[in-house]
Amino acid sequence: MPDQMTKDPYLSNLELGQPDKTFLDSNELIINMGPQHPATHGVLRVILKLDGEKVLGTECVIGYLHRGVEKIAENRTYTMFNPYVDRMDYVAAVSNGLGYCEAVEKLMNIEAPPRANYIRVILTELNRIASHQLWLGTHALDIGAMTPLFYTFRDREEILKIFEKYCGARLTTHAFRIGGCLYEAYEGFEEDVKRYIDFLPPKIDEYEELLTTNRIWVERTRNIGKISAEDCKALGVTGPVLRASGVKWDIRKALPYANYTEFDFEIPTGTSGDTYDRYLVRMEEMRQSLRIIRQAVERIPEGPIMAKVPKVIKPPVGEVYHSIEAPKGELGYFIVSDGSTQPYRVRVRPPSFVNLQALDVMVRGALVADVIAVIGTLDIVLGEVDR
Amino acid sequence: MLDYITSYLGLNQTPGQAGNIFWVTVYILIVFGGVSVAVMAMNWLERKALAHFQIRLGPMRVGPHGLLQPIADAVKLLTKEDIIPDEADKFVFWIAPLIILCASFAVYIVVPFGPTHAITDVNIGILFMLGVSSLSVLGVVMAGWASNSHYPLIGSLRSSAQMISYEVAMGMAVVSAILMTSLNKTGTGTLSMIGIVQAQQEQHIWFLFKFFPLGFIAFVIFAIAMVAETNRAPFDLPEAESELTAGFHTEYSGLRWSLFMLGEYAAMIAVSSIAVTLWLGGWMRPFPNTLTGDTWDLVFSLIPGFLFLGLALIAFIGVTRMPKHPYFKIQTIGLAGFGAVLGLIGLILFIPPVRDRIQDIFWFVAKVGVFMYLYIWYRATFPRYRFDQLMKVGWKVLLPIAIGVVILTAIIGVLA
Amino acid sequence: MQPVATTFFFYFLSGLTLVSGILVITRKNPVHSALALILGLLSQAGLYLMLYAPFVAGVQIILYAGGIMVLFLFVIMLVNIERVEKEREFNKQWLVGILAAGALGALFVLIYTRGRELFPNQTNLPLETNNTQQIGVMLYGQYMFPFEIASLLLLVAIIGAVVMAKRRI
Repeated sequence: MPDQMTKDPYLSNLELGQPDKTFLDSNELIINMGPQHPATHGVLRVILKLDGEKVLGTECVIGYLHRGVEKIAENRTYTMFNPYVDRMDYVAAVSNGLGYCEAVEKLMNIEAPPRANYIRVILTELNRIASHQLWLGTHALDIGAMTPLFYTFRDREEILKIFEKYCGARLTTHAFRIGGCLYEAYEGFEEDVKRYIDFLPPKIDEYEELLTTNRIWVERTRNIGKISAEDCKALGVTGPVLRASGVKWDIRKALPYANYTEFDFEIPTGTSGDTYDRYLVRMEEMRQSLRIIRQAVERIPEGPIMAKVPKVIKPPVGEVYHSIEAPKGELGYFIVSDGSTQPYRVRVRPPSFVNLQALDVMVRGALVADVIAVIGTLDIVLGEVDR
Repeated sequence: MLDYITSYLGLNQTPGQAGNIFWVTVYILIVFGGVSVAVMAMNWLERKALAHFQIRLGPMRVGPHGLLQPIADAVKLLTKEDIIPDEADKFVFWIAPLIILCASFAVYIVVPFGPTHAITDVNIGILFMLGVSSLSVLGVVMAGWASNSHYPLIGSLRSSAQMISYEVAMGMAVVSAILMTSLNKTGTGTLSMIGIVQAQQEQHIWFLFKFFPLGFIAFVIFAIAMVAETNRAPFDLPEAESELTAGFHTEYSGLRWSLFMLGEYAAMIAVSSIAVTLWLGGWMRPFPNTLTGDTWDLVFSLIPGFLFLGLALIAFIGVTRMPKHPYFKIQTIGLAGFGAVLGLIGLILFIPPVRDRIQDIFWFVAKVGVFMYLYIWYRATFPRYRFDQLMKVGWKVLLPIAIGVVILTAIIGVLA
Repeated sequence: MQPVATTFFFYFLSGLTLVSGILVITRKNPVHSALALILGLLSQAGLYLMLYAPFVAGVQIILYAGGIMVLFLFVIMLVNIERVEKEREFNKQWLVGILAAGALGALFVLIYTRGRELFPNQTNLPLETNNTQQIGVMLYGQYMFPFEIASLLLLVAIIGAVVMAKRRI
């Protein structure tokens, strides 16, 4: 088996030495966590160079889910490309849609009307909660706690029901259009959201009761996968990973988009940048999202939901980069328009792709069992990494 | 011949002690059959209880409320293709599950279900149980090696390292309980299982509460060590699905894998019975000394009957809640039949001769059942320990505390 | 309890021990040798039971078969097997080996025939139920000092193994 791996082109920078005699004689061992693995959250291949049980280095091989989304964008009109965007981060599809629509609106100098912004914010924050719940369930499952998965998925169902009533789809929602929203908030939308706001806080307490003070959880996550703030900034890591390392950077506050300035919320930060802090940051983010939703649903104004957008969207020649705070980090869209109905180039800056670079830094010197915990805590979605 | 059979019935000993081979065989068949049924029941209970912890229903289709699911699982495993890895050592591959199975089942010959309800009473009873259950480590090591593949080998080495580490802490906890048996008039303790429960009976206290909190701490140490010994959550890293090394029984399929599972559950029941015997008073009913007298005896002896009647009632409530669809007719009838059988058993347990004989066995099995439920509860709730943390807990936390408990128990026992 | 079929069990267990001993040295695969050794140790435990020494039998199973042999198996499995299996089973010194074994056997037979008084026909067997107590009393009373020395020796061995095998504390 070692011989096969030395011919692998990706292993060249892992500095392989002699092939092993028996796998336990020499010190170094190359192990492949293959594309099919219960704990890699998708088709991610991680090649680990181990010394006994300690990790000396990793190499991520991605691309197993590459679908050429950015190339497809060059052959679709701006409206036709909208549904493709959901499929990248399929867990938080509403955020993807928000980022794309706002980017094109920025390019065309259109402002979405206030009511549309409120609906957008409510749905995006609901999606943030749903994404964090999915993250919590799968992360706990990787570390061995089976039960939180079922609890979080049961509670996530309520959000998905709201999405389904709003736009017909649970996961890949295609909720927004360029210039606003297509669908009016349905009859009973505010009641449903208000009911959800009251429904969720005891559930978050339930998750915390199971995990936060559990000594096994703390031992598995504290001081594991530490990354310093400087490393985060150097690698370009954003999102809860960055905030858990102590950097108070949230695009909703720093470069606000879609009327986030009207809401009052806090940005949770951690101190040590380990897995436990990231867990706490995301739990607190769920509560802050609930706070935003509560304020939004109380103040939602009447009015149109769609701005005056021409029937055929032909943005002026130019380029725009617009980023939003997706649940996983900074999701950016760089759109270059050449004046025609189809974009010249769409480049997506996925948060998971950039965060995945941090895996190597976090995992050096840790044990093999921690690699799985760290992949879970980075909260990557392979649809976004590979596009 | 008939005299041989009936001569035992007048004696007040276990058949092994009386040397009556016929009754020994009968008891062995009953106990091993009972353990096998218990393993199947435990399989069903685990899936149902785990499912209910996770807000889902578990098996519902095969038989009413999934009661026939273990049978379906057994049939499926029996009919699977028996895959042996190519370069595997066939003899060792074949014998590894047998060693685990034999070691796990052989301990049942000294498990005391009552003062005379055991297959035999060896006077090194507890030593025998610990020793033979430690032979299953050999089976684990051999299973991993015979699979001729890196990951099962690493998994089996980890499993066996974990098992022998926690055996040390288990042994220390057991020693402190044995020390307590010597606090009687003659000053000599005993290693025999029946003797330990009788010592608790004479000293009028469960060893759990003796020299509080020493007995309790020893019990807790044993309870944690026995979970690690049987490779169950939260100490099941070597066989977890989401880890790299997939455990020593990866390459086993079909019947061989079911033998591993059988051995694991049998080992769980065996170490639980050690815990029950040593600390929880074995077959004694609760409060034998504070609530004495014939009326209290009567009340406690009626509990098994009422328990089965209660279970029958639950089954009948389940029957009324079954969907009224023709597809569910057979299941409804099956559940009603099951409820009727439970009710019948409950009524039989009210008959005085049966009632008296069944007392000890019932309380013992009930206490072991509590432990089984605890096992499932742990699995549903706790995340997994990482392997080095697991070994750290075993050597650096449990063992010093256990040694401390032994020393303190000995000191207090001599002084008091 | 009356002993049952003593002669049969004695011959059976001793035969098992002998057979497993022969298997240990004739098997090519070291793991098979270790398994045969386990079989031999377990039949020896049976022989101890027949000598009315249940405690020794129990300890033999726990320590020897369940502990030391597991250690043997660990070491055997972590060593490169293929190289070992390629070696010749019996090296070229088999003639000298047979002569030495024959001389040792002749010595044993000589001791047994000449020193027949040392092997009494009847002894006062200690009570089977007292075996554990008597061993305990002897170990911690009469033979306390050698017992502690032996445990100290084991402690030294453990520390030595840890020091040699660790890479960092």
